Amino acid sequence: MAKKINNTFSNDELIKFYEKMFLIRKFEEKAGQLYGSGKIGGFCHLYIGQEAVVIGILSSIKSEDTVVTSYRDHGHILARGVDPKLVMAELTGRKDGISKGKGGSMHMFSKKNRFYGGHGIVGAQVPIGVGLGFAHKYRNEKKISRVYVGDGAMSNGQVFEAFNLAALWELPVLFIIENNKYGMGTAVNRSAAGNELFERATVFGIKGEKINGMNFFDVSQAAIRAREHIYETSKPYVIEMDTYRYRGHSMSDPATYRSKEEVSDMKSNDPLINMKKALIDDFKIDEESLSKIETDIKKQIKEVEKFSLESPLPELKELFTEVYL
Amino acid sequence: MKILLPALSPTMETGNLVKWLVEEGQKVNSGDIIAEIETDKATMELEAPDDGVLKQFIISEGTENIKVNSPIAILDVEGEDEENESESLNENTPKEQAKEDINQSISMNSIMNDFDESNSKWTEVEITMREALNQAIEEEMTLDKDVFLLGEEVAEYNGAYKVTQGLLDKFGNKRVLDTPISEHGFTGLAIGAAMAGLKPICEFMTFNFSMQAIDQIINSAAKSLYMSGGEINVPIVFRGPNGAAARVAAQHSQCFISWFSHIPGLLVVAPSNARDAKGLLKSSIRNPNPVIFLEHELLYKEKMKVPEEDDFIVPIGKGKMIAEGDDVTIIGFSMSVHRILNALPEIKNLNIKADIIDLRSIKPLDEELIYKSVKKTNRVVIVEDGWGNTSFGSHLSYLIQSNCFDYLDSEIIKVSGKDVPMPYAENLEALALPTKDEIISAVKKVTYKN
Repeated sequence: MAKKINNTFSNDELIKFYEKMFLIRKFEEKAGQLYGSGKIGGFCHLYIGQEAVVIGILSSIKSEDTVVTSYRDHGHILARGVDPKLVMAELTGRKDGISKGKGGSMHMFSKKNRFYGGHGIVGAQVPIGVGLGFAHKYRNEKKISRVYVGDGAMSNGQVFEAFNLAALWELPVLFIIENNKYGMGTAVNRSAAGNELFERATVFGIKGEKINGMNFFDVSQAAIRAREHIYETSKPYVIEMDTYRYRGHSMSDPATYRSKEEVSDMKSNDPLINMKKALIDDFKIDEESLSKIETDIKKQIKEVEKFSLESPLPELKELFTEVYL
Repeated sequence: MKILLPALSPTMETGNLVKWLVEEGQKVNSGDIIAEIETDKATMELEAPDDGVLKQFIISEGTENIKVNSPIAILDVEGEDEENESESLNENTPKEQAKEDINQSISMNSIMNDFDESNSKWTEVEITMREALNQAIEEEMTLDKDVFLLGEEVAEYNGAYKVTQGLLDKFGNKRVLDTPISEHGFTGLAIGAAMAGLKPICEFMTFNFSMQAIDQIINSAAKSLYMSGGEINVPIVFRGPNGAAARVAAQHSQCFISWFSHIPGLLVVAPSNARDAKGLLKSSIRNPNPVIFLEHELLYKEKMKVPEEDDFIVPIGKGKMIAEGDDVTIIGFSMSVHRILNALPEIKNLNIKADIIDLRSIKPLDEELIYKSVKKTNRVVIVEDGWGNTSFGSHLSYLIQSNCFDYLDSEIIKVSGKDVPMPYAENLEALALPTKDEIISAVKKVTYKN
């Protein structure tokens, strides 16, 4: 599998993707720790286990393309290149947070990096993402709107409305279903009738497929296929990612709805280990250079933590700013 | 039998006979299309009510403003009893009476014109509120290519209430889009497009249907600027008819002013006349925030002189004093302004002189104008069509008592819609809304005249 895309990316590019995945993993582990020590409050949905999805998709994104996702958004905003310091400072609710400490874990945005949130209401980001695609088409831009949606949102009515509109108006939208098997504590087979989730889009005439979301190369190839399909047909596309989150839904989730065996079984198929192995075995990248990257990121995360804790709380006058423009 | 001009929409009071499709002396069967009638909403086909011979046209084609229920032709039907017909006509009489009351309550534009601002600068033409809204959209779409319009039936059908008539022809289907009946979806889509910098005008066929999309309006449109620390603004206008029209009952008759004005991040405007409607809609489209633009179906046909120039705007947040007096301040917005004006002659007869304020904008509110008037009159009546329980009017009376406490000589009285789902029956519907008598007795009470 990995060899097939030998020509798509240079080794340096592949190393960069691995580095990003590793950054997300370490960032999220740190966020989990900071939550445990009371430095991060509220809801905090970690992305650990799903890194291959967002970085695989990233490998197909042009910088001017737009992205929108739900509340499990730390990995997504990091993938888009926003400084991890600003993201962590948002989680700690500080002045230097990307949303000035007013959004928190679920509400982060960066126009510069074409990241449109960060939406806390299940399913709401899907019509919004279709709207971003509408804007691309309206302006005759060769851009794609990438819309992430979880398995839990796939039974939400507005998601179907959004599929219909995207197909009807032939909008350049890639829907990415991150099927991590549980909507909060409810397994997919207890919430969704029918066969595959992506078929809920294909009934509107949207082409799509289901792939292994735990492997960067699988995701990357599907993402590039999807991109080319959208360029060629000017029609939306859907990819369902078979993936898994190692942690609970949010931080206070004891995850009693799944067995320890299931979790450890999924961890044995870890996306970071998969990719590292492929880089070493198939692309002959030496292990030492990868280890060096890992060490550097661990160091970087320490600085990120420090920054996020040293940044002051927002000034009180911020309470009343940015309600209206 | 006489063929009468039927009411072809809930709010139709008159129609135009565009064309006869049969000839005098022609035999027709029940259900045959015999004429084209133009209503306030659309051009409709009129069917023969029975089998017979069309003996005579009473109204010739091309006639405009024919009252509903006026005879337009005579149909010879075999074996018909003429006396029964006159009985059935008598049944209509109380209904006609009630309709006249409604008419009076919304055609008091002459008073409003007297208090209009800066008339001299503009070239003014008398048009309906429907046409004024249409002009506002057309002008702003011409001035700014980022402005586009979407909603149910806005394009090919020319608008369920004809507000968007002709816009598809002018701007094409890329900028004027018919949506599926899918409020949650297309509202979210419009918000996403606004986040990307476009300026959507999102029409709700009526605001009743905005409830399907309330999550997107509140959680996505209203809060994004704040949640993003100022990064993402949502320049969008949600517009459509709000409040009770006529006889469309509970699920299609309610005022959402209190709902939306509750939400930080939304601006809320509710014009009472064509001039303000045009000026405020243009301001709303240019505003970088989400604006809830509440129209009223019964006011769509009301005429007023409106500037033709495309730089005419009415600023959001400015109320208007439309009558002046020292005895009492009466505050209304949208339709309730007309209810106040309808009561005004009798209030004058009581020798009570009133400041009448048309708020125009609910959020932001022109507090300065209100408090200045209250400090002069010391007495306040608030009239709102919406339910009184936890209403905008309740909040307004709180604001007045906390800002003008030492100036008040009486309790503040709020005349609101009754706290019931809107009934269908004509008499009950009229009673559910603020009545003229309630307004007059509130004014008498605060001025100690009873």
